Amino acid sequence: MQEVDLSVDLGGIRMKNPVTVASGTFGYGKEYAELIDVTKLGAITVKGIRLQPWAGNPLPRHAEVACGMVNAIGLQGPGVDGFVRDYMPFLRTVGVPVIVNIWGTSEEEYAEVARRLSEVEGVSGLELNISCPNVKEGGHAFGTDPRTVSSLVAAVRRATQLPILPKLAPNVPDIKVFVRAAQEAGANALSLINTLPAMVIDIETRRPVLANKVGGLSGLAIHPVAVKLVWEAAQVARVPILAMGGIMGPEQAIEFLIAGATAVAVGTANFIDPATPLRVIDGIAAYLKRHGLDAVGKLTGSVVMK
Amino acid sequence: MLDVLCKVIRQSPMKASYWMLELDAEAIARTARPGQFVHLRVPGLESTSLRRPFSISGACDGVLKIMYKTVGRGTEEMNRMVAGTEVQVIGPLGNGFPLEPKGVPILVAGGYGVAPLCFLASRLSQKGVVLVGGRTADDVLMCEVFEQMGWSVKVATQDGTRGETGLVTVLLDRELAEMKACGVAAELYACGPDGLLKAVGGHALAEGCRGWLSLDKHMVCGVGACLACVQNLVRSDGTHWIGRVCHDGPVFESREIEW
Repeated sequence: MQEVDLSVDLGGIRMKNPVTVASGTFGYGKEYAELIDVTKLGAITVKGIRLQPWAGNPLPRHAEVACGMVNAIGLQGPGVDGFVRDYMPFLRTVGVPVIVNIWGTSEEEYAEVARRLSEVEGVSGLELNISCPNVKEGGHAFGTDPRTVSSLVAAVRRATQLPILPKLAPNVPDIKVFVRAAQEAGANALSLINTLPAMVIDIETRRPVLANKVGGLSGLAIHPVAVKLVWEAAQVARVPILAMGGIMGPEQAIEFLIAGATAVAVGTANFIDPATPLRVIDGIAAYLKRHGLDAVGKLTGSVVMK
Repeated sequence: MLDVLCKVIRQSPMKASYWMLELDAEAIARTARPGQFVHLRVPGLESTSLRRPFSISGACDGVLKIMYKTVGRGTEEMNRMVAGTEVQVIGPLGNGFPLEPKGVPILVAGGYGVAPLCFLASRLSQKGVVLVGGRTADDVLMCEVFEQMGWSVKVATQDGTRGETGLVTVLLDRELAEMKACGVAAELYACGPDGLLKAVGGHALAEGCRGWLSLDKHMVCGVGACLACVQNLVRSDGTHWIGRVCHDGPVFESREIEW
């Protein structure tokens, strides 16, 4: 049997395979370039950027829990100018699409970051962080009300021609409402899910482990939650879905594709085994061959419901 | 920086909850420098737990030595490793200590902080004094290893069960005073709890010598990507920055750190 076609079109982002990395878990790409061949990735998604440099939250910023972790890094980052100056030269040499995760504390800030990144060579798409649970001023506040999602996505749409992917919050009563709001406002694709709001208390000191008190749960623990939301979102989505949440190996990625995702992102697993994204790419190819499928697109949304 | 699957050569209990792990890791051991660390995937917890960072306490003839204290779920599971156990290790990571002191080196260790200092003592361009502190005699480790290398070793325990009674900084005060009286310059190297590092940094400042401090922070990625182990720092020109202990450290000169 001939080679399978792993390429996908994620709302205008042409990926040679359906595997990227989740924002915040892979730095800006170069941190992992010594450990894995980053040129093999379908795309690189970098850590969240706002207009100005941002210091993030006090420490401790993470806590390990059963089958995952809770983090409250707080979107520390170099700002759009620092990112373009310090990290884009390397990213341009990699030769894979670069998806930049962006955030702000106002619609205007999101739009301005989008406008500036639109002029930067090598940026392939913008993931809108409207669901980070760790920053009060921005992020999450936009993601849990469909009207603000709609208004924000529309504002960014007016500011850029780049593909935009709003990253949806998992903790909403009905994900379909948010899928419709985002796509009607001009989203080219959707990312889901972000981390789940969570808390860890040290029972000896009776204090929250995180300095921020609460954070976002990621890792294998959230995978079934994410599968359900991707499956629900896919029922109303007219744009492709980038799925993430607890991918530790090919199995979880394939499950997302079957649920309706076009592409997937490996997150927390990068910290445990940096080779995970490459294992996932190879594992998807092997699965397709084993099931007699010649293209990964044929797996998307192939869940059997009866 | 490599991510390699290596085999345990042997693992032996030291005393109390301290263990010495020896790995067959030629590729990492060859380039490892004192003060650097490895990020280890705990066998048995591969899919459910994050990696654990450990200072390198020795790297010689392809053998990587890791001295650790059993403190929780990960290290408890590590106690079960035996000769032949396979373990995935990323390393060497971090910057390491400078090896050319401008004065007589004084190494200050608190508890398992002796781990990187033991490796350092074997590679520094000149020998000096090691001050080892612990809560009790059980927390005083590796003294004989330093002595075999020709270092002078002095001990302090908080409960007085071994050496001087009190904090290791009591020994440091005396050592610095003696050197000053003889007109000898010192260079300080320390690893241990933050309180000890702050105190050693204060001494370095007061004496006008350099103090190299190895920070112990909880880490996630170990390679500078996740920003879980950051530290506020200041450059010599007064500008502030946020460093990643795993990538920009773990060793910083005392004047760089903003506590």
